[in-house]
Amino acid sequence: MDKLRMMFQFLQSNQESFMNGICGIMALASAQMYSSFEFNCPCMPEYNYSYGIGMLIIPPIWFFMLGFVLNNNVSVLAEEWKRPTGQRGKDPTILRYMFCSITQRSLIAPAVWVSVTLMDGKSFLCAFSINLDLNRFGNYSLLRGMSEAEKLRMLARIPCKDLFENQEIRAAALRYIKCISQVCGWMFLLMLTLTAFMIRAMRPCFTQAAFLKTKYWSHYIDIERKMFDETCKEHAKSFAKVCIQQYFEGISGEMRSFHKRHSSTREDDDDEEDKTKSDEEKLLGIRAQDDMNKVLWNWHTCKPALTLRKDQIDGENNGRLNGGVNGAANGFVKGHTHEVEKKEWAVYYSKV
Amino acid sequence: MERLKLVLQYFQSNSESISNGICIILALVSVKLYTSFDFNCPCLPQYNKLYSLGVMIVPPIILFFLGVLVNRHTGVMMDEWMRPIGNRSKNPAVVKYLFSAMLQRALLAPMVWILVSLLDGKIFVCAFSVSVEPAVFSGMPNNTGLDVIKIMAKVPCKEDDVFRNSSFPKAVSRYVRCYSQAVGWSILLFLIVLGAMGRLIKPCFEDHGAIMQTRYWSNYLDVEQKLFDETCVLHARDFARKCVVQFFEDMREDTVIRLPHPTFITNSREEWEDEEERLHGISKQEQMDQLLNKWYYSKPELNVTRTAYRPRTCVTWEDRDGKTLFSDV
Repeated sequence: MDKLRMMFQFLQSNQESFMNGICGIMALASAQMYSSFEFNCPCMPEYNYSYGIGMLIIPPIWFFMLGFVLNNNVSVLAEEWKRPTGQRGKDPTILRYMFCSITQRSLIAPAVWVSVTLMDGKSFLCAFSINLDLNRFGNYSLLRGMSEAEKLRMLARIPCKDLFENQEIRAAALRYIKCISQVCGWMFLLMLTLTAFMIRAMRPCFTQAAFLKTKYWSHYIDIERKMFDETCKEHAKSFAKVCIQQYFEGISGEMRSFHKRHSSTREDDDDEEDKTKSDEEKLLGIRAQDDMNKVLWNWHTCKPALTLRKDQIDGENNGRLNGGVNGAANGFVKGHTHEVEKKEWAVYYSKV
Repeated sequence: MERLKLVLQYFQSNSESISNGICIILALVSVKLYTSFDFNCPCLPQYNKLYSLGVMIVPPIILFFLGVLVNRHTGVMMDEWMRPIGNRSKNPAVVKYLFSAMLQRALLAPMVWILVSLLDGKIFVCAFSVSVEPAVFSGMPNNTGLDVIKIMAKVPCKEDDVFRNSSFPKAVSRYVRCYSQAVGWSILLFLIVLGAMGRLIKPCFEDHGAIMQTRYWSNYLDVEQKLFDETCVLHARDFARKCVVQFFEDMREDTVIRLPHPTFITNSREEWEDEEERLHGISKQEQMDQLLNKWYYSKPELNVTRTAYRPRTCVTWEDRDGKTLFSDV
């Protein structure tokens, strides 16, 4: 029981921890991508701002959408949203809950990119260098006598180390803008943390009972989907097994039973005899090369219909059970198997 | 595998040790964050202090809230505090205990950040270099035309051209760093003494029995919540399986009475029966297609009473004379 419990916890936590793991991997990928990406400011007044801010905003959007793509629950959510009501009512709170949890997980990698970009400062430097007031850094005669356009062009060259001559001014400007960028970064992180805190820690104050309900049913939808897939797989396997055995039977023309059971007198089955019997049974009536060739050829040219026959089995069973027992076969009592007169009483008890 | 199982069981049994582990991980994250953060003093008189104190204070606040968020006990405490009384009376001591435990754990990572930044000294140098009396140190550049405040503000940026070939900034930095480290060590000492005094003196003032009760019941609340979540998951699984099987069986065409084996004929279950059971009566392509279609267009209602409480079929076998051969009753 302990082992089952442990395994179970691992499986259940596995699904959530799997999603959390994907989240973490994406966050690391985001940080790694930033550090390996070669930031290349164009150093021209017309394009600096677009490039700088674009680098700040577009990759997070991409990561956000990637988070949705990688999350398995998106298809569950979409299916639950679009299905017709049928016999089961739809609960909008469940949809909201699933959407919120998917969104929360997808927001982590973009947040990591934005904060790493802001802490690094390069994108702000690129975007805002043309708005700098150089007099702040000291009395520099660099800008005197220049037209507006020339001033802008010179300021735009600040992010590029090799294009701007005065390293002192450049270092001062770099420090100033990086400082502002880092302050923005920390404020962003603070806002994010406070929002998360408000949502998660304050939630029990308001809607705890409703929350438990939505959590249970959204988890149920996920599990039900998995169970349905599992049951379909099992069914398909059994279907295929029975279909193939019936096909072999049909080709060989023999009424082979794939029951191991024999007449009622054989109570003590010899294991070895059983083994040889089942080997023979496994042959399914195909004992000659011609028969086998026919089986293989027909499997390609003329596959059997997807309909399983039931009467064959009943006929067999009825033939066997003709001792002192008036009764139905183990399995199916049907209107069209009628050699033996049946007399049975069935008493039904219900758990009331 | 056995060792892993033991380790997991240890962690599972003691929810406090999980919280301690997370707390320590957060402290390590705090150190790593500090070392990877590129501290960039603006070296301007108006902004130095603001920036430095901001970097010293805002990350600890963020780490504190993070510590509260990742702690499991926060949820347990809030649940216990906000729940209606119902059939179970509320014990304020448990809520207080959980709150203080959560607070202590959440305060570790911020303290680590503050201490590391003080012991490192960069932040103090950036913030307080303008307050240092420059006359104490030799080598201050006086030919740049900048006033004293601006020069002192540039001290944290040693590579600046103002200080070419001068050891002035290094001397000032060392001095301020010295102060910073002294403050850091004092705070650390104070905290440790406080902790030690608390540990030693608290038992004299408190009822040990009541403490043990509070600890037991707060651990109980945590375990109870975990078990409830587990039970819900197990239940959902069973519910789902029954619902799906019921859905399959509702799609059967024939009405089939399934009777249990008369026991004197055979005791063994047949392989064939297993297969038949797994088919749930769906044995044609059209049936299957219809089933799959219906699964999307008309999902079954959430009611498995029929399957869960299926009446058991009891059979009585009689021979021609009316003598009972076998009965399930």
